[in-house]
Amino acid sequence: MSGFQYVVLIPIIPFLMFLLIGLVGHKMKPALAGLIGTTGLFISTVLSYITAYQYFFVSGKVNGVYEKIIAFNTVWLQLTDKLHIDLGVLIDPISVMMLVVITTVSLMVHIYSNGYMKGERGFQRFFAFLGLFSFSMLGLVLATNIFQMYIFWELVGVSSFLLISFYYDKPSAVAAGKKAFIVTRFADLGFLVGILLLSYYTNTFDFVSLTTPGCPAIVQAAGITFMGISVVTLALVLIFMGGAGKSAMFPLHIWLPDAMEGPTPVSALIHAATMVVAGVYLVARLFPIFALTAPSALTIVAYVGGFTSLFAAVIACTQNDIKRVLAYSTMSQIGYMMLALGVSGYGGEDGLGFMASNFHLFTHAMFKALLFLGAGSIIHAVHSNLMTEMGGLRKYLPITHITFLIACLTIAGVPFLSGFFSKDEILTAAYHHDKILFFVEYAVAGLTAFYMFRLYFNVFWGEDRHYHHTPHESPLIMTLPLMFLAFASIFAGYLPFSELVTSDGAGFESHLEMPIAAASVGIGLLGIFVAWVMYKKPSGAPVKMATTFKHLYKWSYNKFYMDEVYLFVTKKIIFNNISKPVAWFDRHVVDATMNGFAWAANYASFNIRDLQSGQLQKYAFVFISGVVVLVLSFVYFFMN
Amino acid sequence: MNLNSFLLMRHEIVLIAVALIILIAEIFTSEQNKGRIRGLAIILFALNTIIGFFPATTGTLFGGMFTTIPLHIVVKNILNIGTLIVLIQSNAWLKTEENSDKFPEFYVLLISTLVGMFYMISAGDFLMFYLGLELATIPLAALVAYDRFRSQSAEGGIKLILSSAFSSGIMLYGISMIYGMYGSIYFDMLSPAMAMNSLTILAFIFFFAGMAFKISLVPFHLWAADVYEGAPVNITSYLSVISKGAAVFILTVILFKVFPTISDLWQKVVWVIAVMTMTIGNLFAIRQQNLKRFIAFSSISQAGFFLLGVIGGNEMGMTAIVYYMLVYIFSNLGVFGVIAIISNKSGKENMDDYNGLYHTNPMLSLTMMLALFSLAGIPPVAGFFGKFFLFTAAAQKGFYILVLIATINTIISLYYYLLIVKAMFINKSENPIPYFKSDFYTKLGLGICIAGLVIVGFASGIWETISKLAFGM
Repeated sequence: MSGFQYVVLIPIIPFLMFLLIGLVGHKMKPALAGLIGTTGLFISTVLSYITAYQYFFVSGKVNGVYEKIIAFNTVWLQLTDKLHIDLGVLIDPISVMMLVVITTVSLMVHIYSNGYMKGERGFQRFFAFLGLFSFSMLGLVLATNIFQMYIFWELVGVSSFLLISFYYDKPSAVAAGKKAFIVTRFADLGFLVGILLLSYYTNTFDFVSLTTPGCPAIVQAAGITFMGISVVTLALVLIFMGGAGKSAMFPLHIWLPDAMEGPTPVSALIHAATMVVAGVYLVARLFPIFALTAPSALTIVAYVGGFTSLFAAVIACTQNDIKRVLAYSTMSQIGYMMLALGVSGYGGEDGLGFMASNFHLFTHAMFKALLFLGAGSIIHAVHSNLMTEMGGLRKYLPITHITFLIACLTIAGVPFLSGFFSKDEILTAAYHHDKILFFVEYAVAGLTAFYMFRLYFNVFWGEDRHYHHTPHESPLIMTLPLMFLAFASIFAGYLPFSELVTSDGAGFESHLEMPIAAASVGIGLLGIFVAWVMYKKPSGAPVKMATTFKHLYKWSYNKFYMDEVYLFVTKKIIFNNISKPVAWFDRHVVDATMNGFAWAANYASFNIRDLQSGQLQKYAFVFISGVVVLVLSFVYFFMN
Repeated sequence: MNLNSFLLMRHEIVLIAVALIILIAEIFTSEQNKGRIRGLAIILFALNTIIGFFPATTGTLFGGMFTTIPLHIVVKNILNIGTLIVLIQSNAWLKTEENSDKFPEFYVLLISTLVGMFYMISAGDFLMFYLGLELATIPLAALVAYDRFRSQSAEGGIKLILSSAFSSGIMLYGISMIYGMYGSIYFDMLSPAMAMNSLTILAFIFFFAGMAFKISLVPFHLWAADVYEGAPVNITSYLSVISKGAAVFILTVILFKVFPTISDLWQKVVWVIAVMTMTIGNLFAIRQQNLKRFIAFSSISQAGFFLLGVIGGNEMGMTAIVYYMLVYIFSNLGVFGVIAIISNKSGKENMDDYNGLYHTNPMLSLTMMLALFSLAGIPPVAGFFGKFFLFTAAAQKGFYILVLIATINTIISLYYYLLIVKAMFINKSENPIPYFKSDFYTKLGLGICIAGLVIVGFASGIWETISKLAFGM
């Protein structure tokens, strides 16, 4: 066999931790629960590193191509002879990469939470939910078929709901959890319809057979059209809708900023590295179908990604809540990844975008988790989320300061840090595919540098504010993950990604295109410079800028009124014009019919009660009459 | 014939041994130590259940009177598990003062009926089948009347024995007509000879009525409500689950083995009876206040659902029946377990008494809810898959109208199952049933049921195992 059977343990261990802590956690001391959860995840992390080493460097490669390996599979529900839902473990370059990303970030978050959540009510519950979330996410990436992915996809939705509304006595947190759940669930409707459509025409859920280039089922299905569009394209667009919901792509992004109500480690775990990249992973997983049979769907992916990244970057420039800045930044960066997939071709160097997308996913996970955990450390010190209540913190939080700076430099694309390499590959891919998208991304690169350093200078430089108590550095258990992630942010760029994670499994030689690299470094530095001028020292410049671009500022500050648009559409249009009439119909027609049935059943049941008299001779009479009637009627029926 | 071939009857032999050991133990135990027999019985029966899973040989004995095939073994094991749960659940009841002097009889009688069912399952001819049937029925009547000091219990016992004698008479008459026409009582010899004529129809319906009585199908079900209500709760659960499950299985086997050539006929009979059973069982269940009566009617209606598997043809249908039997054991015994605890501790059996139970006994209420959901067929508990497969089996054979009627009945049944859930969770009560602590055996019994409900629902392996064995038939 493949020798990868142990991979099954990687998701199972966090699940067992969830059961253990969830069932008996309240009887444990909080510290013990934290230790158990963290140890469990540590084992999973070690196992995923072993898997990555074995797969990438020992046994994964056959004839120069990384193969898809089914390490474990069991039929869970046989629907028809051909169509069945399996539960299994699929190992290929992207799933192994995701294993490493998820377990690493999750482990860091586990360690960090031991400090951050200390003394909180529900400490054990928090660790139980972290375990559940890690399990769902790992199950999602290891899925062998699209239906298994869907099951875990929904589990991710549920567990993120639990984590976001962790502070369930805070109304805003509960509302945010609900919003995240409902919006992503709405998007998942598209996903489900897409799955059904795809499986109806191809008769399989299986990723391996679906993504084999030239898969006969796909080719056949691609020939079938519905309203002039190939059903495969239609299905993929619907599936992408699910991905867009989880990955907070415009216009399904509205849940992400609100989800910052959850505890900060949760934001780092869910909104930096795992759940929000599920959509990217989904597209990457189905990439051969996208690239080979439905290029128009891929174009949609590219433009949605490109627009979202610009849109979110503009909003990020005006927000005051540091976690919200990071949330919009995440949206923007995920837009990058989507765009990279959208501009990619299949196979060899054509697949540069695919490689770049996954590369960026990997580096982004490291530096964005670092940013969120750093933000948590800042919030921990000053007890506020608002930039206006921070300033001059570099003196008090030296470690947080340095690690945060590294993360900012990385995301801004400063050379030789990991973000530089991955972002550069994306820009190169975009440049060769679509010039409009390239310039959008180019502008976003500048904006990114600007808003990150706006944040950085505002928080760590400038004047001291009136703090309740002198801010102090977080304990070692919180700074240790920061240091580890800073280390990863610096060096992750040196991994030979183009050798490891490619669209068709075969490696290729990637190289920097000097003009593009220089241009992107230039605009990044420009962004940093502008931020430095405006925010290094308190000055009138920001206010002046805001008044000059009054309308743009106001729109951006109010997130382009997307929430209001949603409220208008749902409350004014859908509720009034659709829901109310439907409710009337339901109450007066459907319910009335049902009540009629109920009345009939009740009436009948009242009238046959005499049958059950309690007298044995009557029972015997009914018995024998039954026999006689049956005999007579069937003899008549069959003998005539 | 060497002694080894008796090993084909291993399940029966071990059971009889268990019964004998308990009987002897009673004689040689002093009055003070008598309580230990309860523990001994459970341990012995658990051992018997485990031994049942050892690989067994298959074949025939006594010139074809007794046969064993892998599917028989699966069914016997399932019945063993169910009976084990019943025994565990009975423990608390048998401990009470009024039962202190006579409980070993309970075990011996119960195990005798199970032996009867096993012989029925393995029967290769009508004689063995009939012997098993009577062995499974007569001790049951004694068990129903077990509660000597309650007149209802005695009434139930006498009603059961009289009406079962009546139905046996009719069934034997049918069998004798078959023997008269075809000159054999062996299943294997009868099936090719069977032909459609008036006398065969008469004989078949006589036979079918006898079986329908055992399974309590409408219109042969009238005894069930009185007997179920009169009998001690644990016996009621045994009657409605184990004895019914075994009878459905045997009916299916005989229909396919003996009457395949007149399947046109019996499919129509089963169709009519299934519709009547589901509907009338449901209509009666809606009105019941006493929970034991309520469960009696709901289990009549459940028997109608079994018939969907019977009608649904050989392989898929057989698998669905055995699977549903397993599910049904866990769900119904879960419900009965809770009813038994509450009836034993507080003497209350009415639905109104359950108002507000959740606030005083949350674990019991949750168990009850899960088991009721399974009976109603709400996913993801096992009952959903059980019904799903039964419906699939019938739909595959093209009985769409029947499936539609069954679905409507499921909805009606959902209504009354939810009535209990509503009583427990939503209704308020002035004086709810107080909290009581359950002993180890009670917890164990309910724990097995809940675990079974969840595991059977999620583990597809069980379905496949049964399926493989059914195909071998």
